[in-house]
Amino acid sequence: MSTILSLTLNGRPRTDLVASNLLLVDYLRDVAGLAGTKQGCDGGECGCCTVLIDDEPQHACLTLAARCGGRRVETIEGIGTPGRLSQLQRAFHEKLGAQCGFCTPGMIMAAEALLRRNRHPDEAAIRAALSGNLCRCTGYVKIIEAVRTAAEGG
Amino acid sequence: MSATAKAGQIGRSLPRLEGRAKVTGRAEYIHNLRLPGMVHGKIFRSAVAHGRIRRVDTAAAKALSGVFAVVTSDDIRKVISNPYYGPAFHDQPILAIDKVRHVGEPVAVVLAEDPHVAEEAMRLIIAEYDELPAVTDEVEAMTSTVIVHDALKPAGIFPDLKHLEGRKGTNVALDFHLRRGDVKQAFAEATHVFEHTFRTQPVMHTPLEPMVSAAEPGDGTLTIHTASQSPSFVRMEVARLLGWPENRVRVKTAFLGGGFGAKLYIKLEALVAALALLARRPVKISLAMDEQFFTITKHPSTFRIKSAVDKDGRVTARECEVWWNGGAYADVGPRVTQKSGFTAAGPYDIDNVAIDSYALYTNRPPAGALRGFGIPQLVWAYESHTDMIARALGIDPVEFRRRNILRDGRPQATGTVMKDAAIDKVLDRLVQRLGWSRPFDRGQGSVKRGRGLAVGFKASIAPTTSVAILNLYADGSCGLYCSTVDMGQGSDTAMAQIAAEVLDIPAETVRVVHPDTDVTPYDMATLGSRSTYHMGHAVKRAAEDARVKIDALKADLGVPPGSNVPLAELFRRKYGMQAGNIVGVGSFVPSYASPDHDTGLTPNATPFWMVGGTGAEVEVDTETGHVRVARLINVADLGTPINPRIVETQLSGGAIMQLGFTMQERMEFADGQLLNPNLADYKIPGMRDLPARIESEAVDAVERGGPFGAKGVGETATFGVSPAIANAIDAAVGVRLTELPLTPEAVYRALRKAGR
Repeated sequence: MSTILSLTLNGRPRTDLVASNLLLVDYLRDVAGLAGTKQGCDGGECGCCTVLIDDEPQHACLTLAARCGGRRVETIEGIGTPGRLSQLQRAFHEKLGAQCGFCTPGMIMAAEALLRRNRHPDEAAIRAALSGNLCRCTGYVKIIEAVRTAAEGG
Repeated sequence: MSATAKAGQIGRSLPRLEGRAKVTGRAEYIHNLRLPGMVHGKIFRSAVAHGRIRRVDTAAAKALSGVFAVVTSDDIRKVISNPYYGPAFHDQPILAIDKVRHVGEPVAVVLAEDPHVAEEAMRLIIAEYDELPAVTDEVEAMTSTVIVHDALKPAGIFPDLKHLEGRKGTNVALDFHLRRGDVKQAFAEATHVFEHTFRTQPVMHTPLEPMVSAAEPGDGTLTIHTASQSPSFVRMEVARLLGWPENRVRVKTAFLGGGFGAKLYIKLEALVAALALLARRPVKISLAMDEQFFTITKHPSTFRIKSAVDKDGRVTARECEVWWNGGAYADVGPRVTQKSGFTAAGPYDIDNVAIDSYALYTNRPPAGALRGFGIPQLVWAYESHTDMIARALGIDPVEFRRRNILRDGRPQATGTVMKDAAIDKVLDRLVQRLGWSRPFDRGQGSVKRGRGLAVGFKASIAPTTSVAILNLYADGSCGLYCSTVDMGQGSDTAMAQIAAEVLDIPAETVRVVHPDTDVTPYDMATLGSRSTYHMGHAVKRAAEDARVKIDALKADLGVPPGSNVPLAELFRRKYGMQAGNIVGVGSFVPSYASPDHDTGLTPNATPFWMVGGTGAEVEVDTETGHVRVARLINVADLGTPINPRIVETQLSGGAIMQLGFTMQERMEFADGQLLNPNLADYKIPGMRDLPARIESEAVDAVERGGPFGAKGVGETATFGVSPAIANAIDAAVGVRLTELPLTPEAVYRALRKAGR
């Protein structure tokens, strides 16, 4: 069974015919060609597939694409480009918040959601907001530093 | 060789070269790869730990709409007649043949254009087994009547495995023995004798990009795209399996979404190679997170350690017996047994040492390299043991370590004289950072505080080879070709810095070409913290070779050697237009002497030593057993860091990974089944599990044999974490845990047993 899906993806309206059981992560990666969103696990445990739906961080591996009709979906590609990094992306780059980089898009999207609702979070708020995003490389130290730097506007 | 850095590229903390691509989601991973006409494979896995395969019924799976093919070992053997692979033993079948030897062993594969269809069809396969008794414990495997492999099949690459050829009726895949001095006599004369046994649990690397490989058949060729730490080995092994020359197999990697030793040697590559040849179209297999737990794990271990101590608190002899649970296939376990085995007595100056280290086959998922190559298991035991001795003798644990510590110029257990191993310095810095001599808050009420430390060391794997090519193009820009795999450790950046230092150009201008065996030269693998040292040397030599050639070109053109005529201009003068290349080549293999088969002794055990220590302050809730790590300090000797800030991330990352293995991670088996192969039930550390304070420090040191004084760093911060925390718990509440992980339940039980 298929559904017509109309949504706003990274600021642009878009319409696709999608299978009703298509996961948002597969829609983004395979239909929209946005491979920045990663799939680490398939149970909402690792957070690598975190995207924003109407500004809220959501697991794209647990969300049906068809449920995103009429909503604003944002992925890492919509946040900035290598030539024009967002403040958060610049902080992750310069403070070494990315190592292997696989969790990074999800981590940045979760941090982006945090900063949209709380421009100046303290460390406890950062740890709480990113606690659903796993990283196996960094030990999180530099990720926290990156988010703090972005929050301080540096 | 000890060229000092002058161009300012070494010791420079520039961000990762690929950092912008990573923070914008543009970095390339095999995870993202889509090939025209590709089918996806989904693996059907054994549900029993040990059994004879009676029947595999694939009819229903084949009948499902959208299924391209269902493949079993009978099909595999049509394209690979002897489909057994492995780095140390040729013991692992591409798909199970006649028998399964562990839960989760691949038995069949479904191919379909839609991966979800492949998965659905996979669930329609039915397999029946005649179950056999299984052996799961490494110590029991020594004497068990359950034999995992009928006959041993060493790969023939390693001379120290040759004597095992064809051996039957045993689960021992390697026994390593070391004998130095007169252990018996020393124990007879000892004032005190201490003996303890320590155990570690099965854990998994959990790289967040699960293992993924694709194979693409060509005209008498095969291209394998794989998230692998060892592309050169993959080419060699797949070529061997196919009976092809290496030049018909091409192996390409991209950035890896973590590796930690999981993506070494052959994992999915032989399988996708066979499938692509059978299907005559590209085949990709992307493991799900749960499947990784059945593919490779870290060796569980049992370590019996016994020390003789004289009246002055000097350790005069040490006996070590280590059993490594290698699981059903040897993978690189025999190397862990030997390479780690010979440091089992710890970083102490002990004249009389006996070590027996055994790699065991069991009916568990295979175990291989995991960030430290066996060393964290050993340090866990010997540094817990060290504190237990100090405590029993009433000597301060730091003072006891200082009395016994191994210093440069003194022989280690193998007889190799230590050099550029700042063990004492690492201990000193830990002591200073902990403020060891200052009063310490012991806590109040039900929450008790304690602190502890531990120091470990590791030999680098040897002898191994790295080759690098540096290509200066017609406009003077630089491409660096090496097969070191950047899996997050920052090797692209470090190698660019080394090349840039020699060429006196900014590191940002060096383009690092990713591993592609048709393009980049041989490298043994990205493992064991070897790349900075080995590939670093090769890159430095390649750049030096290019410089020599630039000078020759200048001489050829009559340009004075010291002149600053740009390279592009030299090319223009030489060829009359923008054309030409200068290609510099460098290779490196360190000197090394294999340990003697009978005594385990060697004058040259390793090209360099890694040294790492940890200090911990903990708070133990005596009512719940909950342990909060308030402060974790990691101090390491990494020689002179190429990129100090990237090195810091390696230290904090390694320490937090080991914190997971220390406090919470354990693969839980019941009745042969793995109960928690997912990140919901197998908890790796998240933000909430972090210590309140994490500190990392590289001591001021130089590795004189290393490129620009550097040496490896990837594993160092893992060494001391587990025993430092166990020692701190003991200091806080007076109970000693001898088995990992240090869960609240384990602490609670120990407290109750001790009547506290």
